[in-house]
Amino acid sequence: MSDRESWRPGAGIATLRRRAALLAGIRAFFAARGVLEVETPVLSRHASTEPHLTSFRAAGAGGQRFLHTSPELFMKRLLAAGSGPIYQLARVFRAGEVGRWHNPEYTLLEWYRPGLDEHALMDEVEALLRRLVPALAPAERLSYRDAFARHAGFDPMRADVAACRRAAARLQLPPLAGPAHDRDLWLDLIVSHVVGPALGRDGPCFVHDYPASQASLARLRTDAAGTVVAARFELYWQGIELANGFHELTDLQEQRRRMLAENADRQVRGLPVMPIDPHFLAALAHGLPACAGVALGVDRLLLCLEGAESLDAVMAFADGRV
Amino acid sequence: MASYSTNEFKAGLKVMLDGDPAAIIENEFVKPGKGQAFNRVRLRNLKTGRVIERTFKSGDSIEAADVVDVTMQYLYNDGDHWHFMSPESFEQVAADTAVVGEAAKWLQPEASCEVTLWNGGPISVTPPNFVNLRITETDPGVRGDTSGGGGKPATLETGAVVRVPLFVDQDEIIRVDTRTAEYVSRVKE
Repeated sequence: MSDRESWRPGAGIATLRRRAALLAGIRAFFAARGVLEVETPVLSRHASTEPHLTSFRAAGAGGQRFLHTSPELFMKRLLAAGSGPIYQLARVFRAGEVGRWHNPEYTLLEWYRPGLDEHALMDEVEALLRRLVPALAPAERLSYRDAFARHAGFDPMRADVAACRRAAARLQLPPLAGPAHDRDLWLDLIVSHVVGPALGRDGPCFVHDYPASQASLARLRTDAAGTVVAARFELYWQGIELANGFHELTDLQEQRRRMLAENADRQVRGLPVMPIDPHFLAALAHGLPACAGVALGVDRLLLCLEGAESLDAVMAFADGRV
Repeated sequence: MASYSTNEFKAGLKVMLDGDPAAIIENEFVKPGKGQAFNRVRLRNLKTGRVIERTFKSGDSIEAADVVDVTMQYLYNDGDHWHFMSPESFEQVAADTAVVGEAAKWLQPEASCEVTLWNGGPISVTPPNFVNLRITETDPGVRGDTSGGGGKPATLETGAVVRVPLFVDQDEIIRVDTRTAEYVSRVKE
């Protein structure tokens, strides 16, 4: 990009019109279903403890704040306060995430449905996609285990680090620099390089029943094969991950335990320990209604619809232009 | 020792890989929804020219390579080494045949080359994109044939052999593109 042209938006005006139509379509879908649009703060005194997320810090006269990586905790406080079903089109911020399919600032559609489990929420995600893309092929549902069986040729629920390492070599992945003694790291490598890019080629594909070690904020349950799995799903389309959803964890003690474990993991990795949000834990103590929630990347959805090569082509000003 | 974090990775960055200096050709950031992020990187080993693929965990660091490209004048070949000099600092370096490699067949004294230095020592030499060289041997020219069709081999004063049009004669000077080893034009003295 020459300096003379760098003032221009990455997305063409026609794309920006379709972006606006997409946002209007999302709002119409939820209005028709009686889901309340909400807005929650971008700035918080607390931040995500997830080791793989880096929050931007903002300093001002009022003291330090963090830019949110997702509106999840604020929205769960609204649910605990009795909001009923809610959605938000939020601008979220993730430091260090820059690439064809990543921008440090992007638009996340996040919504919560009291009373639904993750499979019922997958139905609603598919209904939303169909509202936005009437010609959409039927969505497929595949367990994490079956997705690996099909595209990587091994059982991710039983494989240890050595088996994952052998699978990566068999799949001809480039060698991994540095030590790698973490099973989830190998599964993440194989998902991001092999399994994910193969998914959703004929239509949207929901992957569900994640390893318990990757539960994040999902509850755990036992699947038909007797394996403890996370009630979590992801949506892939055209090889790109579009959404992540949970049958949400509502148990205070388990939630606190996971946040502390994440902070302990941060310490091991030499990352800063993040302040755990006491308001969120208090909301759980008060009682979060049983619910399912999902976050969908709006920019990536538009990228899929436009057949674009990178987010720069669907955002007015991606990171290289700001 | 200076180092680079993966979030500083970009094309052209010079790093140490398996003990050799390497330049990043391509860097792709990949991250599954909730998990570990990776930088999938293609690099060129600057000593061998070989392309290597490697995946890094995002956030990891890698040692920087002290590699610089310097414009230097080729001076002479003493039989073992090729000698170059910086026209600015007058500093001289000597490169052996392995380092000079294919560039050797284009080098004439005073040619302005890109010399890649690693920790001050030469590891590769790139000749000028275009060089003017005298033909020392070729079949006699075919007068009047300026079509450029066909062609014949011509040996140049540096020993390089290139295909030239039929009308070009011995002792003429021609311009050659060193990147493709192709004849470009005749040069009037």
